[in-house]
Amino acid sequence: MSESTQVKYTRKDFTSDQAVRWCPGCGDYSILTQTQKVFPDLGRKKEEFVFISGIGCSSRFPYYMHTYGFHSIHGRAPAIASGVKISRPDLSVWLVTGDGDGLSIGGNHTIHLLRRNIDLNVMLFNNRIYGLTKGQYSPTSEVGKVTKSTPLGSLDEPFNPLTLALGAGATFIARTIDKESKHMQEMITESYNHKGTSFLEIYQNCNIFNDGAFSNFTDRDTKSDTVLWLKDGEPMVFGADGNKGIRLDGNIPTVVELGDKWNKDDLLVHNKKDYMIASMLSNMTSKPDTPEPIGVLYAVDAPTYEDNIASQISSAVKNKPKSSIQDIINSGDTWVVK
Amino acid sequence: MSISKKQVDEVVIRFAGDSGDGMQLTGGRFTETTAVVGNDLSTLPDFPAEIRAPAGSLAGVSAFQIKFSSKDIHTPGDVPDVLVAMNPAALKVHQSDVPPGGTIICNSAAFNPRNLKLAGYDSNPLEDKTLDDYFTVYSIDMSRMVSEACKDLDLSPKLVDRSKNFYALGLLFWMYDRPLKSTEDWLAKKFAKKPEIIESNVRALNAGYNYGETTEIFTTRYTVDKANLPPGKYRNVVGNYALSMGLAAAAERSKLELFLGSYPITPASDILHTLSAWKHLGIKTFQAEDEIAGITSALGAAFSGSLAITTTSGPGIALKGEAMGLAVITELPLVVINVQRGGPSTGLPTKTEQSDLMQAMYGRNGEAPMPILASSTPGDCFYVAYEACRIAVKYMTPVMLLTDGYLANGSEPWIVPDIKELPPIDVKFADKSNIVDGQFMPYLRNKDTLARPWAKPGTENLEHRIGGIEKEDVTGNVNYDPENHHFMVKTRALKVQNIANELPPTDVFGEKSGDLLILSWGGTQGACRSATEALVNDGKKVSHIHLRWINPLPNDLGGLLIKFKHVLIPEINLGQLIKIIRAEYLIDAIGLNKVKGKPISSAEIQDNVKKILEK
Ligand SMILES: Cc1ncc(C[n+]2csc(CCOP(=O)(O)OP(=O)(O)O)c2C)c(N)n1
Ligand code: SF4
Ligand SMILES: [Mg+2]
Repeated sequence: MSESTQVKYTRKDFTSDQAVRWCPGCGDYSILTQTQKVFPDLGRKKEEFVFISGIGCSSRFPYYMHTYGFHSIHGRAPAIASGVKISRPDLSVWLVTGDGDGLSIGGNHTIHLLRRNIDLNVMLFNNRIYGLTKGQYSPTSEVGKVTKSTPLGSLDEPFNPLTLALGAGATFIARTIDKESKHMQEMITESYNHKGTSFLEIYQNCNIFNDGAFSNFTDRDTKSDTVLWLKDGEPMVFGADGNKGIRLDGNIPTVVELGDKWNKDDLLVHNKKDYMIASMLSNMTSKPDTPEPIGVLYAVDAPTYEDNIASQISSAVKNKPKSSIQDIINSGDTWVVK
Repeated sequence: MSISKKQVDEVVIRFAGDSGDGMQLTGGRFTETTAVVGNDLSTLPDFPAEIRAPAGSLAGVSAFQIKFSSKDIHTPGDVPDVLVAMNPAALKVHQSDVPPGGTIICNSAAFNPRNLKLAGYDSNPLEDKTLDDYFTVYSIDMSRMVSEACKDLDLSPKLVDRSKNFYALGLLFWMYDRPLKSTEDWLAKKFAKKPEIIESNVRALNAGYNYGETTEIFTTRYTVDKANLPPGKYRNVVGNYALSMGLAAAAERSKLELFLGSYPITPASDILHTLSAWKHLGIKTFQAEDEIAGITSALGAAFSGSLAITTTSGPGIALKGEAMGLAVITELPLVVINVQRGGPSTGLPTKTEQSDLMQAMYGRNGEAPMPILASSTPGDCFYVAYEACRIAVKYMTPVMLLTDGYLANGSEPWIVPDIKELPPIDVKFADKSNIVDGQFMPYLRNKDTLARPWAKPGTENLEHRIGGIEKEDVTGNVNYDPENHHFMVKTRALKVQNIANELPPTDVFGEKSGDLLILSWGGTQGACRSATEALVNDGKKVSHIHLRWINPLPNDLGGLLIKFKHVLIPEINLGQLIKIIRAEYLIDAIGLNKVKGKPISSAEIQDNVKKILEK
């Protein structure tokens, strides 16, 4: 990471001159806004940011950021971004993808990116639908989803992106929601601060093809009972008056009412370094009896792939200093013809 | 009976045995020694497709052919003068290639009932005399001789028996009058930690040599004089290794960091292996999760300012198609290397073929032209790799480099180049001077090359976005305008075509007009050149042109082709270059097409030419 810059940026500095072309009301707008709002505060030179994306509505994102950007082909952004970061560890690399782009056609690249722990930041816009191709079901759509390609309802179980990421060896998984601007800004900053691959799932409303997919978690009337805001080191409390919590019943997370029977001391305390808790939380995704965990589920330190490459190279150079390809060309059994 | 010495111009030896018999290693040692002795040479390894085919089976036979000569030669030879067959399966597979009068040397110990049955022999060919009418057969119990030689060593009989390939090697060294020293030195280095293994192999080597010297079975030894090669310092080089050196040389001369994104596949993997071992040169290699990630990671590295390479074989190229299109439209420098093998699908992974030319030309969606060049010999792989890198960064374009299994694993003596004498690769990254009215213009082109500027992320004020959607000329913004699209399609094509303007005049071997021109590309170069030499000696009006560049074709080619009554194009495919030549120049070229997983022979080409000329 380069030392912090003296230049003071504003949101405008991160706004490109290209007209934004998402449908009016699309959740992508908010994500763009929050990103443009927090980037000036990350304390890094603007020219060091690179946005890489695949294909989808979400993947248009780089065109609107006034940074270096590469809008690539469907599903391959993780591999392109890996090449960028491995060749240039000095850059801050961001990867924007969708539920189809990152988990269907690009699922293989996503899991390999995570296991390698390359230091880049994944923003997965999950609208549980294929937006750009006009509304087919996606690998995160719920079973029974009726779309043009599944007129009688989809049959396959969805992926749970955070569980998948954790299983692939992610060192940072978090979730936020398009409508929660402040929280999203925090999550973007936390992603940036994590060294290693950070995997941020963003619940994003596609108001054209899957409107209301997350309304349960965003509607004023319901959200306090349906969302569990995660805070590291604090008991898992939720509900309108903070009157509910998560308690482990054996190994099963269970909702309890705080009051006569249970108090805060009985609740599970979030620890973002605890794999078991992260695993439990990620499995609480969209279950009928538990609230939706939102926030940083898991964050641990681990060596990054590009650092390991760099150290292999530097020790090889140390062992054979000043060598060049000419030495290799000259080596082996040689003879002279006069 | 005394042993006579006979001087010959050229010899072809084929070592064949079970995969476990160490034939590649034996061939490799014979090659190194032959190189140092000063002969010209050319080699052709022939690997079995199965890694662990059952011992003694036909599928498990591995072979290595070397031709060496006191003359300048171009191919590893059509037919072997000597076949070394370490077991019945090896004899079965290769005997039909040995011409009448040829020599066959066998390890009789391996001709036991089990192996004979596996090879499909009803009776032992070494005993039933079926071979003796046609060949000079030496049946030697190599296994017993080696065990005799090593009997006082503290090694299991199984390990001792593994040295029998060195026995065969020693015998061949004696027959062709080559020194043992370089092999002994090599063994000492290779097995430095296992002195008993050095000892058993050295004893086997000497036992083989002495067998020739002391028994009176062999009546003749052969000598092959030094070849009259152009002066210089030489080494022997294998194609994939030469190619790796060419890439590294390009990195050094361009002062760019080399990035290889690759996924293992035969016969390209050795490039990945070689470059991965050169970390001390600062080379970054990335074994990706698949070929798509191989090329796209490389493209990411290209975007970031590295000299980006991806290596694979035909099936991998099929997977890389979409990403090559992305490289075409984003106009990033990238070298895509296809070490061709037999297809379609998995095809013949260990055999050679030239059947991916159409894939290289047209295997992408949309109008997506890529410069294509091909290597002609193992040593040439160095120069084409360097050239591919030079063109990629100069014109800001992906470049396709074609080699094949025969070139990749074959070897030849090679003049050690001084990389300072190679053409320069000057890379100038974009800077403030590329800013127009306060805006960086990523598609504002160089007027001569039509290359767009290469702006490295991290450079102040050059923030810009590229991508796979059609670009507006100059600004690079997303643009759907029909006129702009038509213009950009034509511009990308013109940029590739413009490369022809810097190609040297086409080299014609022989007269510039005549009865027949042999036109070749890729690995058939040697056979075509040998055939032309023989035909010219025979008084035929035949010439040869070999193409390094297939896209674009040289500007002067059309004018040369029409000076010949016939144009013959030998290819290891069903006719791919010929389609391009016919389409481009409207001439009635004739194809010579064999797709057998092995090089076309010079003899086949000569026969074909003679038939055409007789008509
Ligand atoms: C190789 C390839 N296959 C298919 C497509 C068509 N396609 C474009 S985007 C897309 C799905 C996008 O869904 P998602 O990643 O969820 O993005 P969203 O539009 O929802 O943001 C598909 C199938 C394509 N562009 N390329
Ligand atoms: S289709 Fe959906 S995801 Fe795409 S821009 Fe419109 S609202 Fe947004
Ligand atoms: Mg989607």
